[in-house]
Amino acid sequence: MLETLELKRTPFHERTSRLSVAQNWRRWAGYMVVGSYDLSLDHEYWAIRDRAALIDVSPLMKYMIEGPDAARLLHKVTPRDVLKMKEGVVSYTGWCDEDGKLLDDGTIARLGPQLFRMTSAEPSLRWLAMNAVGMDVKVTEVTDQMAALSLQGPKSRAVLNRICRDKLDPLKYFRVAENAIGNIPVSISRTGYTGDLGYEIWIPAEQALPVWDALMEAGDDYGITPCGILAMDMARVEAGLFMVDVDYNASTHTWIEGQKSSPLEMGLDWAVNLDKKGYFNGRRALEREKREGSSWKLVGLDIAWEGLEKLYGEVGLPPQIPSMAVRGSLPVMIDGRQIGYASTSTWSPVLKKYIALAHVQRPYYEPGTQLTIEITVEHHRKQTPAKVVTLPFYDPAWKKK
Amino acid sequence: MGVNTYDAIIIGAGHNGLIAGAYLARAGKKVVILERREIVGGAAVTEEIFPGYRFTEFSYVVSLLRPEIIRDLELPRHGLKILPLPSTVTPMDNGDYLAAWPDHEPTRRELYRHSPKDAEAADEYSRVMARAAKAIKPVLSLVPPDPSSMSVRDMLGLLKLGQFAKSLSEKELYRIAKLVTQSSADLLNEWFEFGPLKGTKSASGIIGTFLGPHSPGTAYVLLHHYMGEIDGAFRAWGFAKNGTGGVTAAIAASARAIGAEIRTNASVANVIVKGGRAVGVALENGDELHAKVVMSAADPKRSFLSFVESKHFPDEFVQQIKNFRVRGSSGKVNIALSGLPDFTCIKGESPLHKGAISISPSIDYIERAYDEAKYGQYSQNPYIDMIIPSMIDRDMAPPGHHVMSCFVQYAPYDIEGGWDDAKRDAFGETVINTIEKYAPNIRKIIVGKQVITPKDIERIAGITGGNIFHGELLLHQLFFLRPAPQWADFRTPLPGYYFGASGAHPGGGVMGAAGQLAAREVLKDWR
Ligand SMILES: Cc1cc2nc3c(=O)[nH]c(=O)nc-3n(C[C@H](O)[C@H](O)[C@H](O)COP(=O)(O)OP(=O)(O)OC[C@H]3O[C@@H](n4cnc5c(N)ncnc54)[C@H](O)[C@@H]3O)c2cc1C
Repeated sequence: MLETLELKRTPFHERTSRLSVAQNWRRWAGYMVVGSYDLSLDHEYWAIRDRAALIDVSPLMKYMIEGPDAARLLHKVTPRDVLKMKEGVVSYTGWCDEDGKLLDDGTIARLGPQLFRMTSAEPSLRWLAMNAVGMDVKVTEVTDQMAALSLQGPKSRAVLNRICRDKLDPLKYFRVAENAIGNIPVSISRTGYTGDLGYEIWIPAEQALPVWDALMEAGDDYGITPCGILAMDMARVEAGLFMVDVDYNASTHTWIEGQKSSPLEMGLDWAVNLDKKGYFNGRRALEREKREGSSWKLVGLDIAWEGLEKLYGEVGLPPQIPSMAVRGSLPVMIDGRQIGYASTSTWSPVLKKYIALAHVQRPYYEPGTQLTIEITVEHHRKQTPAKVVTLPFYDPAWKKK
Repeated sequence: MGVNTYDAIIIGAGHNGLIAGAYLARAGKKVVILERREIVGGAAVTEEIFPGYRFTEFSYVVSLLRPEIIRDLELPRHGLKILPLPSTVTPMDNGDYLAAWPDHEPTRRELYRHSPKDAEAADEYSRVMARAAKAIKPVLSLVPPDPSSMSVRDMLGLLKLGQFAKSLSEKELYRIAKLVTQSSADLLNEWFEFGPLKGTKSASGIIGTFLGPHSPGTAYVLLHHYMGEIDGAFRAWGFAKNGTGGVTAAIAASARAIGAEIRTNASVANVIVKGGRAVGVALENGDELHAKVVMSAADPKRSFLSFVESKHFPDEFVQQIKNFRVRGSSGKVNIALSGLPDFTCIKGESPLHKGAISISPSIDYIERAYDEAKYGQYSQNPYIDMIIPSMIDRDMAPPGHHVMSCFVQYAPYDIEGGWDDAKRDAFGETVINTIEKYAPNIRKIIVGKQVITPKDIERIAGITGGNIFHGELLLHQLFFLRPAPQWADFRTPLPGYYFGASGAHPGGGVMGAAGQLAAREVLKDWR
């Protein structure tokens, strides 16, 4: 068979494929990854929220950016103040086209004075190279060479402390440090996509399996659980984290203006450093948007259970909601007029609430605004009350401690 | 208002008392909740009996806690987390086992292995039981009317009050009404053939009763267990983070946040009655507290025979409370372990360790266990419902170590010659012996154990008679008959004195309905 016709396997496939009872596979950037290991998501979800969940995130696109102009390049392509970024710091950021519309989002980690690692969801090599014209910087894609594991959950630090050369206690939220597991050099960042205490471990691909095994063994006493991306999808909604091509479109994938999103519209105001020095892609447009206000915003919706009970009660049923996050657009209205849509909705087991990420037009995006959202009750479309809330929905005290 | 003057005083900080207090505070009342122990929670407490090992001391599974209460009191925000308790396994004497999973297919496949016929019957049985539970559920939240006798026909009438009942055929309704008065053995024998399946299902019908699987009325208790399942996604079935004490800690935090005051080490001696009304309480330490309204959330015997002088109640009422059956029949053994019990039938660590492990090989096994109890002995081969909380919540024991919660029946309160230390020890040994038959390494890994007899339930949790539900869930002690005919609406014959705990409608379990509904009635009467 033609090799390129198959989905790629991550360096952990040997382990993940054997552990997956459900054999529920999902595509991610040309790779196949486990959707869920179990037949239900409960166990994996609660590993994220109460124990330690081990997630294979190897398909993330990874780039090493090196050279005297490395910081300058990232300062130019992202709205973050990269020149001021200290070594050992990780920044979450979106990046924009000329019109201030999002191309993608990811993290940049400053590993040295002239060395960064960047992660993205979309291939970014060509785009980085084009922006680097005239700069003294080398961009190397390491997606396939670098395996990545995300260890998320309140017990993740205890697990790592058992096997890492350096204890993780001094590593603060969104910091990165070199470390070692056994004799394998790894880089560990205190990052993740769950809004819980968690770490991402960056590993040379050929050493991937021994690291997996060491984590599984060290984590046994803490209930470590291999976790697929479907449970993570629920957690990331609770954490108010959005996903490209689900909650917004990369501007390069869009056909019309209305399909694009700016970082300010997506609620990333805190990650758009308009006070930083110098030019960056989309600066002018973002400054204008900041001045004039965004025409819509990504907000949280708290969908009232009483409303669901009432609508389902009318047909004699208790509320039925999907047991996983739903990536489907649901109209959001006020007084029967559509003023937005939800892009992902999910039941939150930890909050015991039905929640959604939604695009809502000005002026209805203020917290506390009462709106309605569509639900389908026995094949009939209905509107049920939902309230605008600030993100994240769930923010445990131990996340940053 | 002075320091010791309140709108409402609540006696007992079990989950019902806490919930009632929270609801009254939410309505703007100045509330104090008084607890005799140094900790709140009542029968829903977590205690570190051995350093590092936390026992969910009495109650261990959350199944019926009302979704409305979880929302109204914002319990998730105050720390309530219900972790999944995914499976049930019944070890068999031949070294095999029967497992039930949350997923339908594997459960069916597993049962099919033992009995293809039962595998098919199980689906229909669940449907029938769930529909029955759905028909009965609305009745649980009604303040019941007061018919004088209880027959299948009365039950029918009562059922018809519920919304869902309208969609049921007369035949189906009759079947449900019959189910309520049947024995669980009769019910299960109609449906199934495989012993361990029937044994395990029948066990949920005897929990908290002084009855065997062949006793009429036990099928109803069985039904109770389907109630939790019909809330759909909101279903609160599982193991509470930090044990069941985690539930009451969350409720207490919520109550305090709303403004309720909680006093521990505040044992109530009696209710103060003036001009024919309850006007306050006197504590054991001599302090007096005054309020417009007093609610007892302690057990019915204390509430009506000890806190208040009988002269304030009609003789008939006093007699009815005296007759209210509160005989405890269950014990608990909580064990601290240095490793994981190795069940012969499970081999090594398995997902089954995260669920319930039920020693209930057959209906006969349980009936025999009951026979011994009838004659004042604890069972030599008891029914045991075990969970390993540390496999579900890693914070329950030090890393690599475990705690095990073993609910045991039967252990009669009125044991021949009375309970003493020697009998308690012997009872504990019997339980360990039984477990050892299925998990031979158990003795080697025991670090410490806490043996709880019904006498200990009475002594520690303060429940007269030591019945886990403050009174058996028997038909003549349910609905409009709980705790006494005419007084099932949370009011009592003494004006200003209310009653809202497990001995009230709709009964025991960490469900919260009694406290919530009682608070509602107090507010209705408020002037
Ligand atoms: C061994 C055991 C296992 C159980 N297992 C489960 C289970 O798995 N799942 C489940 O749902 N249910 C279970 N139950 C039942 C459940 O725990 C109880 O029904 C429930 O906790 C009772 O709550 P309550 O608020 O009505 O009363 P309680 O929790 O009994 O609270 C009454 C409170 O009143 C206090 N009090 C008494 N006298 C005084 C006084 N004079 N002054 C001040 N305070 C006083 C007591 O100290 C106590 O705190 C179990 C019970 C036991 C005992």
